[in-house]
Amino acid sequence: MTTTAIDAGSRVDEDTAGEQLFNELIAQDSRIEPRDWMPADYRKALTRQISQHAHSEIIGMQPEANWITRAPSLKRKAVLMAKVQDEAGHGLYLYSAAETLGTPRDKMTEDLIAGKARYSSIFNYPVRTWADIGAIGWLVDGAAICNQVPLCRASYGPYGRAMVRVCKEESFHQRQGFEILLELANGTPEQRAMAQDAVNRWYAPSLMMFGPPDEDSPNSQKSMEWKIKRFSNDELRSRFVGMMVEQVKVLGLELPDAEIRYNDETGRWEHGPLDWNEFKEVLAGRGPCNAQRMERRREAHEDGAWVREAAAAYAEKQAAKYAQAA
Amino acid sequence: MSEANASATRITPGNALRPEDIALLETKPADAVAQYALWLGDDALILAQRLGWWISRAPELEEDVALGNIALDQIGHARSFLTYAGRAWDKTEDDLAYFRREPEFRSVHLVEQPNGDFARTIARQFVVALYQWELYSRLVDSSDPTLAAIAAKAVKEVDYHRDHSIQWTLRLAQGTDESRRRMIAGLKLTWPYVEELFTDHPLVNELGDIAVRPSSLRSSFDEAVKLVLDEADLELPDVPGAIGGGRQGLHSEHLGYILAELQVLAREYPGASW
Repeated sequence: MTTTAIDAGSRVDEDTAGEQLFNELIAQDSRIEPRDWMPADYRKALTRQISQHAHSEIIGMQPEANWITRAPSLKRKAVLMAKVQDEAGHGLYLYSAAETLGTPRDKMTEDLIAGKARYSSIFNYPVRTWADIGAIGWLVDGAAICNQVPLCRASYGPYGRAMVRVCKEESFHQRQGFEILLELANGTPEQRAMAQDAVNRWYAPSLMMFGPPDEDSPNSQKSMEWKIKRFSNDELRSRFVGMMVEQVKVLGLELPDAEIRYNDETGRWEHGPLDWNEFKEVLAGRGPCNAQRMERRREAHEDGAWVREAAAAYAEKQAAKYAQAA
Repeated sequence: MSEANASATRITPGNALRPEDIALLETKPADAVAQYALWLGDDALILAQRLGWWISRAPELEEDVALGNIALDQIGHARSFLTYAGRAWDKTEDDLAYFRREPEFRSVHLVEQPNGDFARTIARQFVVALYQWELYSRLVDSSDPTLAAIAAKAVKEVDYHRDHSIQWTLRLAQGTDESRRRMIAGLKLTWPYVEELFTDHPLVNELGDIAVRPSSLRSSFDEAVKLVLDEADLELPDVPGAIGGGRQGLHSEHLGYILAELQVLAREYPGASW
C-alpha cells in the first residue's frame, strides 16, 4: 500500500467518524463549532444564510440613516443614531460568524456589491416619512425578532451566540419603533394619519420577510433537519400576526388586513393574501430602491478603499519598524 | 473602580446629569451663562449633524460604528447644554435646536465645514477633539455646578474622540502616498477655522470663573497638536486664519443648509410632539 493510499484511507475514516459525530451532535441538540467536521452542504447553507443576514443589517442601515439628519427631536435623533449604529454592530458580529466558516469578510462584501449576494428585500422599499421609522422599528424589527429568537438555538455555535446579542438589541429597536408610532397615534390628526399610512405600507412587506409559503420553500426542510431553522416560514408568520394584532390595539391604529383571524382548529393566526409576485419582483432587483441601495453601498466601499489601504500600509510599516528594533 | 477603568458613559456621583435631570433643575442660569451654554451646545449639535451623515457611508463598518458613536456623544452634550440654556428662557432643547433662526445660532465655523473626504473629516475631528478636550478639562472647575457636571461627563467621552482622531491622523499621514496627500489637504482646508476657537469675546469677561477663556486654551492646544504632527511627520498648515463670527451669529454659508435639513420636519408640524 502506498502512502497516498494510507492518507486517503484515513481521510475516509476521519470523514466517517466526523459525520457520525456531527449527526450525534445534531440529534442531541448540541452545537457544532468552527473546527468540527461538518457536511459541505451545511457549511454552504450556513455561509449563505449568515452572510445574507449580515448584508441585510448593513443595507438596512441606509433607509433609517436617511432620517438621522431630519429626526424631529434631539432625543429621537440620538435614539435613531444609536439604532443604526447597532445595525453596523450586528453586521460585524454576523460577518465574523460567517468568517468562522472560511469565507473572508472582503469576499462577502465583494459579492454583495457585485450583486451576487442577497439581502432582505424589505430594505428596497423607500422610507417616505418619519412615521416609517416607527413602522420599521415596530413591524420590520418585530418580524426580525420573531425570525431570530429561534436562531439563538441554531445548531452552529457562532451563529447562535451572535443572535443572542442581536436579539437583545432588536427588542430595544422594536420598542423605539412602537414608541414613535404611539406618540404619533396620540398626536395631531396629521401625525395620526402619517402613522396609519406608514403601517399600511409596511404591513405586507413585513409579513413577507418570513419568506415564501412553506410549500414554495424548498430549502427550509434541510435547514430544519440541521436545526439551523426551528420553525417553518408560515408558522413564524402566523405567530407574528398574532403579536401584532394585540399590539396594534394599544397603538389605536389598524392593520390593513380585514382577513386576519384566529383559526381554532389549527391554533394559528391567519391573514389575507400577500402579493408574492411583488415579492419576487423586488427580490429580482425591481423594487423601488434596489439600485439606490446597491449604489450607496458600492460608493461607500469604493470611496473608502484608500482609507483601508492606508491603514494596512501603516500597520505593515509599524510591524517592520518593531521587527527592526527587536 | 479606578479612573482608568471607568466607562466613559458610566454615571457617577457629581456627573450623573442627563438632559432630563437638567430640565428639572430648580435654579435658572443667568442670561449670560445661558448664552455661554449655547456656544458649547451649538458646536456639539452642528458637529453631530455633520458626523451623523457618515453613518452607512464610512470606509469600513468599524468606522460607521466609531463615527456614529462620536456623533451620539456630541448629541448628548448638545442636549445637556441646550437644556440648561433653555432653562433661562423657559425653552426646551428642541425649541432651541429646531426653532431658532440662523443668526441666533452660536456655533463656530469649524463645525459647520463640510465633511469632504474621510481625511477632511478626520482633520476637523482632530482639531475639534483636541480643542474640546482642553476646554472641558478646564470647565470641570467652573463655578457653575451644572456646567461643571456636563463637562465632567463630556471630557471622558471627548478623550476617546481625541484618541480616534489622533490614531487616524497618524495612519493617514504615514499610510500611502495618496492618504498622506489627502491628510495634508484636509488639514489645510481645516486650519483657517482654528483661530476662531481661541478668540475671546466680551461674554467671557462677564462670566469670570464660570466660563473658560478661549485664548487661555491656545498654548496647550498648540502643544498637543505639535506632538501629533511631529510624530506624523506633518507640517502645521501655513494658511491664513479666516474671520469667524459664529459666536455673534455670523455664520459660514454652510449653516443655512444644515439647519434646513435639521429643522425641516419639526417646522413642518409646529407644536407637535414626537
